[in-house]
Amino acid sequence: MGKAVMINTASLKSSKTVRRLPGFAVRYIILIALCLVVVSPVVTAVLGSLRTTGDFLSKPFGLPQHEIQWVHYTSILESRTFWQSAQNSLFITFGVMVLNVTLASLLAFAFSRIRFFGREIVFNILSFGLLFPVVVAILPIFIQIRSMGMINSLWGVIFPLVAFNLPQSVIILRTFFRAVPIELEDAAYIDGCTRLGFFRLILVPLARPAIAAVATLQVIAGWNEYFLPLLILNDPNKWPLLLGITQFQGQYSTDWAKVMAYVTILIVPAVLFYLVTEKYIVTGLTGGELKG
Amino acid sequence: MAAIRSRILPGSRERTSADKRRQQLGKAVTVLLCIVPGMTVFLLFLLIPMVQSARYSLYDWNGFGPPKDFVGFGNYDLLYHNTIFRSAVQHSFVIMFLSLGIQLPLSLIMALMVGRGQLPGKTLFRTILFVPFVFSEVVAAIIWRYVLHPSSDGMLNVVLGNIPGYQTIGWLSDRNVVLYSIFAVITWKYFGFHMILYMAGLQAVSKDLEDAARIDGAGEGRVLRYITLPLMGSTLRLTVFLSILGSFQQFVIIWILTQGGPVNSSQVISTYLYKYGIKNFKLGYGSAVAFVLFAITLVFSLGYQRMLMRQDYGDIT
Repeated sequence: MGKAVMINTASLKSSKTVRRLPGFAVRYIILIALCLVVVSPVVTAVLGSLRTTGDFLSKPFGLPQHEIQWVHYTSILESRTFWQSAQNSLFITFGVMVLNVTLASLLAFAFSRIRFFGREIVFNILSFGLLFPVVVAILPIFIQIRSMGMINSLWGVIFPLVAFNLPQSVIILRTFFRAVPIELEDAAYIDGCTRLGFFRLILVPLARPAIAAVATLQVIAGWNEYFLPLLILNDPNKWPLLLGITQFQGQYSTDWAKVMAYVTILIVPAVLFYLVTEKYIVTGLTGGELKG
Repeated sequence: MAAIRSRILPGSRERTSADKRRQQLGKAVTVLLCIVPGMTVFLLFLLIPMVQSARYSLYDWNGFGPPKDFVGFGNYDLLYHNTIFRSAVQHSFVIMFLSLGIQLPLSLIMALMVGRGQLPGKTLFRTILFVPFVFSEVVAAIIWRYVLHPSSDGMLNVVLGNIPGYQTIGWLSDRNVVLYSIFAVITWKYFGFHMILYMAGLQAVSKDLEDAARIDGAGEGRVLRYITLPLMGSTLRLTVFLSILGSFQQFVIIWILTQGGPVNSSQVISTYLYKYGIKNFKLGYGSAVAFVLFAITLVFSLGYQRMLMRQDYGDIT
């Protein structure tokens, strides 16, 4: 009986592969075509930055015809504003990441491992925050930040971003913290651990993949934020890179090659970061269901 | 077991009452240490401002000094009769319906193509198709501004210009086309995200069930329709939910591509809020716009969950 079943499934499998071969071909054609559509604007931007604008406009695709034009890059990289903006971007990104991960893991710890009065109410209030996008709240936030005197301060960008991403982070971390077996907690307490000791020495190290996932998503959120800085930072010295580029684009709207050089400078670190952290991004977005 | 636990665990040890009190105090301190910092940031920078904005929306207020000119629902009345705002609401809905009708099915098809069977190189495809998600919206919009540039030197027009008889299309300057161009950019940026969610959902679908149906003679189409998709129900619902919220929250891409133009033909609620509320210092009026936007998303998300819960319930009985 067992043998018969095995043979059966084996023949089923081989016939399936044969049947699927033409299917694979069709799939490859469609997927490759789609990948080209997805990638070609980006590749054009990168190539365009190495050519003269005139070249670029007459033939959007193509390699540099004269010689590689590094001019656009050197003129951007030599400007002091660029490095100032890069510094601001890093500060915002890092601030958002550290604050969000710290606050969210503390909250998630309390929500998942400690029983206390009002726990569900507090958690529900927090998850209500999922419904508010930054766009809807931008005006009241602006007014609040202004009344706290944080206009033109990078913290005025960091704090609202942390607040708006907090519910999502807490929900991801809470799921992971819950999965840690209660026996481990008991064992830690028997060995004389305090609650915070258990959190710091056992829970956080165990949940490292989840924390990495949350941190990665926060880095992306912080690095890519545009709307809050646009509203809160009036002083060009405080601008992050993304605000710099829109300003820049207005100034040189005809000089596409230069704009594309700026775009490339922003794309390269983003893609590198993505390739290194793809695993964590995918875990974070799918709650660990899809392995990276 | 419970008896043992209650004897060992902190907080429930049966010792002297002083000890017990100290335990309780320790627990309270821990809880406060964990909860207070996070919730303070949350309240100060999210909840309190949101509640305040409901109040501001009842005033005619330019943002300087405290709001004094109470106008009741005057701002809402103005909005209701404003044709630009009405068309902005319409445009937001168009983006939403296009997302649900085109973007999500496309993501699902891609997930099925990439995620099913042992397709060699599937990780590579996934990586490439997901790349736009990590780009900032600003970068995406600037690249596409070049691709869709209305004049004949925009990339798309140059490429399509190779087709004989092709007439240059003003992708971002034609009032009848611009909204669809914007939607295409949004799809480019976000379909990878939905694809990843679908791939995760697909992974949870039992292969045995699908194989059983195939052995019983069901074709691939029927397996998909009657086994795979129903088993992915929760993922499908989640993506629809996120897609609805996301469509109404779209701002950056549209603002950089067109600033709502030409002649407001791509104005959506969020760009209207920025242009007519914030930039014109009509903060009371803007708050009313924000509140309408919030109300729409709230009604949609709650109503959607309600409706589907009822439908799920009907399936069971």
